[in-house]
Amino acid sequence: MISRENSIFNKKHRPQDAMINGIIYFCAGISIFLLAGIVGYVTYRGISSIHWSFLTTVPSAIKGTFGILGNIVNTLYIIIITLLIAVPFGIGAAIYLNEYAKPGRIVRIVEFTTETLAGIPSIIFGLFGMVFFGVALKLGYSILTGSLTLALMVLPLITRNTQEALKTVPDSYRSGALGIGATKWYMIRTILLPSAMPGIITGVILSIGRIVGESAALLFTAGSGYLLPKLGQYGEGLFEKVLQPGGTLTIQLYLSMEKAKYDDAFGIALVLIVIVFSINLLTKFLAHKFDVNK
Amino acid sequence: MSEQSFSIIGSNKTKNTVEQVAKVIFIACAFFAVLAVFSITIYMIVSGTPAIFEVGLKEILFGTVWKPTAANPSYGILYVIMTSIVGTSLAILIGVPIGVLTAVFLAETAPKRLANIVKPAVELLAGIPSVIYGLLGILILNPFMYKLELLIFADSKTHEFTGGSNLISAVIVLAIMILPTVINISESAIRAVPSHYKNASLSLGATHIQSIFKVILPAAKSGIVTAIVLGVGRAIGEAMAISLVAGNAANLPLPFSSVRFLTTAVVSEMSYAADTHRRVLFTIGLVLFAFIMIINLALNRIMKGGKKDD
Repeated sequence: MISRENSIFNKKHRPQDAMINGIIYFCAGISIFLLAGIVGYVTYRGISSIHWSFLTTVPSAIKGTFGILGNIVNTLYIIIITLLIAVPFGIGAAIYLNEYAKPGRIVRIVEFTTETLAGIPSIIFGLFGMVFFGVALKLGYSILTGSLTLALMVLPLITRNTQEALKTVPDSYRSGALGIGATKWYMIRTILLPSAMPGIITGVILSIGRIVGESAALLFTAGSGYLLPKLGQYGEGLFEKVLQPGGTLTIQLYLSMEKAKYDDAFGIALVLIVIVFSINLLTKFLAHKFDVNK
Repeated sequence: MSEQSFSIIGSNKTKNTVEQVAKVIFIACAFFAVLAVFSITIYMIVSGTPAIFEVGLKEILFGTVWKPTAANPSYGILYVIMTSIVGTSLAILIGVPIGVLTAVFLAETAPKRLANIVKPAVELLAGIPSVIYGLLGILILNPFMYKLELLIFADSKTHEFTGGSNLISAVIVLAIMILPTVINISESAIRAVPSHYKNASLSLGATHIQSIFKVILPAAKSGIVTAIVLGVGRAIGEAMAISLVAGNAANLPLPFSSVRFLTTAVVSEMSYAADTHRRVLFTIGLVLFAFIMIINLALNRIMKGGKKDD
């Protein structure tokens, strides 16, 4: 008999649906909880360590003070040198894969190795950097060794982002440029690269984020120096620094943690979180600004 | 450099030279990645194998005693390998369900406003440096684990107290660290499922939840498997976050034992190791590298298989 209760127009409520939905909301809540917890706790513990001399001095055994200026400078050195090496190679590889190569074996090999490179954990990069750049090429523990190692590590990030950006450039641009007689290189230089610039910049910023947060690959390559570069008479010390050891912020954080100096560690952690979040915001801002679908 | 030489009305000869040079440079750039992977492989093998001949393959891979600095040293890493496998599997068991359900939330069930909070939170979690996870692990997880340990083993006379640095702590840190990877990849996999699958299922009378678990997730299977494999890669290769959280003694991987992973063994001893000890650490690196290569090959297979289905 048909009644109001068993009509097909009544929506059936399955209690298990509500339960599963509850579990899904709970799982999504975990991420929020973790982020809020991490940021809250690090800020709470770290804010008291952060003051002017913490950011603007180097550690001094005589005065018994601690500061991270040296580590900040080292981090900047490593970011700049790493990008100087990785960006040209990464963009070049992307251009070859997208503009020159015909689909086939070679492209498959290059893409497979790029994926593989992205999947290798940083500790392996660290070991390789130590024995290859450090020992075989005799660069020792130095900022250059660390940067060369990290350049290998961020290469896939830059290649992939550039490649994605090149793929979104309409084919009509290419036909148009070639059709009026431009050579391929001229077309790449004046049409493709400027159009792909937002993607390249995203790749670069993501790489900076990766470099700032990296520690395992740097521990055995860049070492743990914390002193500022000596300027020298004509500023040549700035270049000598490249061949001297230098620990980044993450390395200093690890060392402080190992020595159970947790206040210093939380101070550095707070600085790192601020940097990482700023990089994230910057990426979002740029992605929004250059969004072609807007 | 004058614009003239690159101009489209420049002489044919310079034009061709420039073209050829540009092409050769781009090819060289592309093969840089190949060269890098090739030389990393060679170097890992070259520096990892001497110890195998020196100590013996069986003694290293199947030995259970790790005493590299003793008068009569022994270099067994069986427990270390087991810890990496057990720890990674447990982290996957915890992280993957949470990650996949969060991805379901983001792609399917979330109201837009909530999704706009969760999504950036996941992105930020991905960006937090691994040492910070380690720092919080030491100061929050370990004391908590120690209390639990005191409670559980209060009457035990054989238990070695670890102060909370144990397998569970490390597994929790790893599970948290693989979350963003699993969420992002699964979310794009779920979003890539054609909407007519879901529409058909809904119009047949299935509820939204039924459609998600019976239709959408099975259709997104290959993407989710990719997410899991990437998660395994991330977990097995993580070093700095767990090096101080896991306790760092080469024991059987039991929940409340202080344990050592392949990665943490290298990180914690490389700075002072010498001679055979150092070479064995490179062998550990080689074992880790072998695991990673297997994972990469598996990933490559899955991605290819996924493409064939389309």
